[in-house]
Amino acid sequence: MQIPAQFDYVRASTIEDALALLDRHGAESRVVAGGHSLLPMMKLRLARPECLVDINDLYELDFILPEATQLRIGALTRHSALLESTDVARLFPIVIDAERVIADPIVRNRGTIGGSLCQADPAEDLATVCDVLHAQAVVRGPGGERILTMDEFHKGPYETAVAQNELLVEIRFPIRPRSGSAYEKVERRVGDWAVVAAGAAVSFTVDGSVDDVAIGLTAVGLDGTISEAEAVLRGRRPSEVLFAEAGRLAAEASLPVDDQRGPVDYKRHLADELTRRVLRRACARALETQTTTMQEG
Amino acid sequence: MTITETHAPNPAAGDADRPIGYGRIQRKEDPRFVRGKGHYVDDIVLPGMLHGAILRSPVAHARLVSIDTTRALAHPGVVAVITGKDLLGLKLAWAPTLSADVQAVLVTDKVRFQGQEVAFVIAEDRYAARDALELIDVDYDVLTPVVDARHALDPGAPVIRDEIEGRTDNHIFDWEAGNAAETDAVFASADVIVKQEIVYPRSHPAPMETCGAVADFEPIEGALTLYETSQAPHAHRTLFAIVSGIPEHKIRIVSPDIGGGFGNKVGIYPGYILAVVGSIVTGRPVKWVEDRSENLMSTSFARDYIMQGEIAATKDGKILAVRTNVLADHGAFNATAQPTKYPAGFFHIFTGSYDLQAAHCKVTGVYTNKAPGGVAYACSFRVTEAVLLVERMVDMLAQKLEMDPAELRLKNLIKPEQFPYKNKTGWEYDSGNYERAMRLSMEIAGYDDLRREQKEKRARGELMGIGISFFTETVGAGPRKHMDIVGLGMADGAELRIHPTGKAVVRISVQSQGQGHETTFAQIVAEEIGIPPEDIDVVHGDTDQTPFGLGTYGSRSTPVSGAAVALVARKVREKAKFIAAAMLETRPEDLEWEKGRWFVKGDPSVGKTMAEIAMGAHGTVALPEGIDGNLDAEVTYDPPNLTFPFGAYICVVDVDPGTGHVKVRRFIAVDDCGTRINPMIIEGQVHGGLTDGVGMALMQFIGFDEAGNNLGGSFMDYLIPTSMEVPNWETGFTVTPSPHHPIGAKGVGESATVGSPPAILNAVVDALSPLGVTHMDIPCTPARVWAAMQGRATPPI
Repeated sequence: MQIPAQFDYVRASTIEDALALLDRHGAESRVVAGGHSLLPMMKLRLARPECLVDINDLYELDFILPEATQLRIGALTRHSALLESTDVARLFPIVIDAERVIADPIVRNRGTIGGSLCQADPAEDLATVCDVLHAQAVVRGPGGERILTMDEFHKGPYETAVAQNELLVEIRFPIRPRSGSAYEKVERRVGDWAVVAAGAAVSFTVDGSVDDVAIGLTAVGLDGTISEAEAVLRGRRPSEVLFAEAGRLAAEASLPVDDQRGPVDYKRHLADELTRRVLRRACARALETQTTTMQEG
Repeated sequence: MTITETHAPNPAAGDADRPIGYGRIQRKEDPRFVRGKGHYVDDIVLPGMLHGAILRSPVAHARLVSIDTTRALAHPGVVAVITGKDLLGLKLAWAPTLSADVQAVLVTDKVRFQGQEVAFVIAEDRYAARDALELIDVDYDVLTPVVDARHALDPGAPVIRDEIEGRTDNHIFDWEAGNAAETDAVFASADVIVKQEIVYPRSHPAPMETCGAVADFEPIEGALTLYETSQAPHAHRTLFAIVSGIPEHKIRIVSPDIGGGFGNKVGIYPGYILAVVGSIVTGRPVKWVEDRSENLMSTSFARDYIMQGEIAATKDGKILAVRTNVLADHGAFNATAQPTKYPAGFFHIFTGSYDLQAAHCKVTGVYTNKAPGGVAYACSFRVTEAVLLVERMVDMLAQKLEMDPAELRLKNLIKPEQFPYKNKTGWEYDSGNYERAMRLSMEIAGYDDLRREQKEKRARGELMGIGISFFTETVGAGPRKHMDIVGLGMADGAELRIHPTGKAVVRISVQSQGQGHETTFAQIVAEEIGIPPEDIDVVHGDTDQTPFGLGTYGSRSTPVSGAAVALVARKVREKAKFIAAAMLETRPEDLEWEKGRWFVKGDPSVGKTMAEIAMGAHGTVALPEGIDGNLDAEVTYDPPNLTFPFGAYICVVDVDPGTGHVKVRRFIAVDDCGTRINPMIIEGQVHGGLTDGVGMALMQFIGFDEAGNNLGGSFMDYLIPTSMEVPNWETGFTVTPSPHHPIGAKGVGESATVGSPPAILNAVVDALSPLGVTHMDIPCTPARVWAAMQGRATPPI
């Protein structure tokens, strides 16, 4: 049994209560939701918060709400709920791709989207997903709510723009017509962090050329999406040649480090290979959606 | 197609699902496990019990400058802090290992591996003990570590064991088997020679339950009760007596339910000794249970063999000889648990399943700044390494000769009529019908169809591989004249008592860690004396309750204790004849046995069941001269030879050409372990071993950085395979009984762990062969496979 250092524990009953508790307990307090990253780190004594503020009673943060132009997801929504949601599957198949390869069912039953994003592990799959979907993060603090782009939200490994006395409350994915998305990960074993993973989201104009595209890579030291690779596709009709060029540029942009999961050259190769694969699949899905829509219409 | 089990109808069975004897019955121990009612070391709570925690070294090699325990002692709840200096005073700072070396219980002079035991805190609860570890101030003078075994013998390499007088290097032993000159001569005249370095890197058994102990020393009687996670309680008792000076009759070792061992729980770890010292010092029971990282970083590892293999053959594929030089990394202390005469375990069965003209191996053991151990993870005393070597070499030979690897094996397998077969390194293989097992495996696999499919896929650029491994194990050590552990001969006792109402208890010396002993051994007794298995209790794991024996490892329980149990049951059966004769007022030689009863020859209606005889034995019947008034017996079984289970495994993999990711699509395992006592338990053991094999072949590796830091210290870095990585196992079997074993059974617990990694590796190399790949080493992680695809395969160490 691994034993964390001593800590206090308080349970918040509302968002306001959680904010008040964070304010009161100060710099050494941490929010715990699913706890599947924080608690292992505490047990290994890599993290030593003095107080945990438990937000698992904040049911108002557990929702998946489709609207006309966006999908709103509460920060306390469990991975398993995302994986089971037909709205998510229909609108953002990339989320399903990613959720299938995040940890294992036990972790997914407990872990939350908000926790994953706030933990900001450099190998976090959902960070890439949110990047390429141009998600917005709704953060609440004593002074009210602010809405951040993912660029604003991410501050580097294990760091976000969420202040000590703030709470991430919601993620919003904008819905785009004629769009598709995909995620693919290489891992040493099911449930492992990514060796490398890639995500892409693409939307088309009515005439079938790429309207917008976003490409992101996991675990290769990048913040945000890869504009060089995206530029290759924007305004053009997708093709294997363009996917290959995007893959090459994505690999070039990546900054992987050598570790037990693999050496730098392999990770660069995967950046290329997986970028091509997710672009291929995202485009195919967008075209499928288009066909379905036309048939329905 | 999967072969389903069939067994001969059992005439004594009430119904087919409940055989009185061998057959497929549910495990007797499972009701308590599936209800969460198992009782493990960590479940033990004694009145007044204290809790211990070990401070471990953060560095791999360092001179110990000073330890200050003042702040830890002042921590609320802390009762005592023990350091190496305290142990020196008690003459307990160093303990003998199972390989004629010594190991530091707590560091006195120098740290020799990361995670080594430095101090022991005893507190009122385990939280206080853990927190106080951080309050011990230790000053280390860091030294250059020896991490790479290949450089351990370099002139000028730091001397790890400089506490041993006169020691100037890191050499532990050289050991040889076979005949070097004969082998060289055969190689000199061979048409074809294939050479390859084959590395079996360090892995760890990682049982679900980590190691732990509760020590309870009673000062008035001077008696020690030690509850511990041990695969060998009797051997531990003797060793504790020798180490501690507590007389052996005052020591009781209890191994309650054990949550997996795989060789990890054979040795005596410093933590056990510290719990005992803690109890003596404080006068209260002390519990110590290690956490997962401690288990992975400090307890017995497996493998770490760097093998230079060579195989010689004629150009038409007759294998002539194999030879190898091995560099064995034993870590900082030589603490491998193996028979004394065999410092490389049973590695010299590397001649495999083939009829050879010559063979030779030389193994050199070295010290490095890593955790000690070496024989663990279901390795059958290094048969695992031997099988990987020979099966990889045979596949490489097939590739070089452009022969099908199944065909090459069939051409060279030892023939049924050659058994008992004396190999070139001193083994006598007891029995086998190898070709039959190989052909059955190929039939289940649909081998020819698989090769056709592979050809089509290769034409499309897809990477499909088919790998074969044919293994022969040597399991069931003794005989005691050749095999001992620290002087204790490898024989096993068994005692059987039939109570007056015909219910029985059989006491065995081996300790189950999940193997199903409570069922299997009851079935052996049932088969011999006809009492249903549910009426027979199996007692094990408590030295006060069971006869002496060497314990469960190296797949020895069924070959040795299984034989002891069969023989003790036969002894009782024979005694029952005399008692029955007295009861029936006839002569013993006029009685005939059918399962469960003795009856009068020619008049089957006149007889006595075992229950009636048991009551008679304890009753008022006048017993013949020399027959005691009970129906009990005991034996100690010294095996005349080991048993040699074998198997033919075929693995099919698909490799993603873009990522190097390996998917094990199919796995066919045909095992022959002789007589099958409980086929369901055998299949369970095979399934578990195959899953372990997937772990070893694809993902498991305890690596170290240049400073000697262990890179596999948690399950985030040391990967255990899941159901997602394994296919639906396809098992089959043949039965070739052991001629020298009382019931013809051979060990099977490690067969699949031994046999599966080479099949998977051979399949991966086969998949990559169109790219010109002839070899890669395990683990076949995506990154390593991809490197091999680029022609840049590197050894893992």
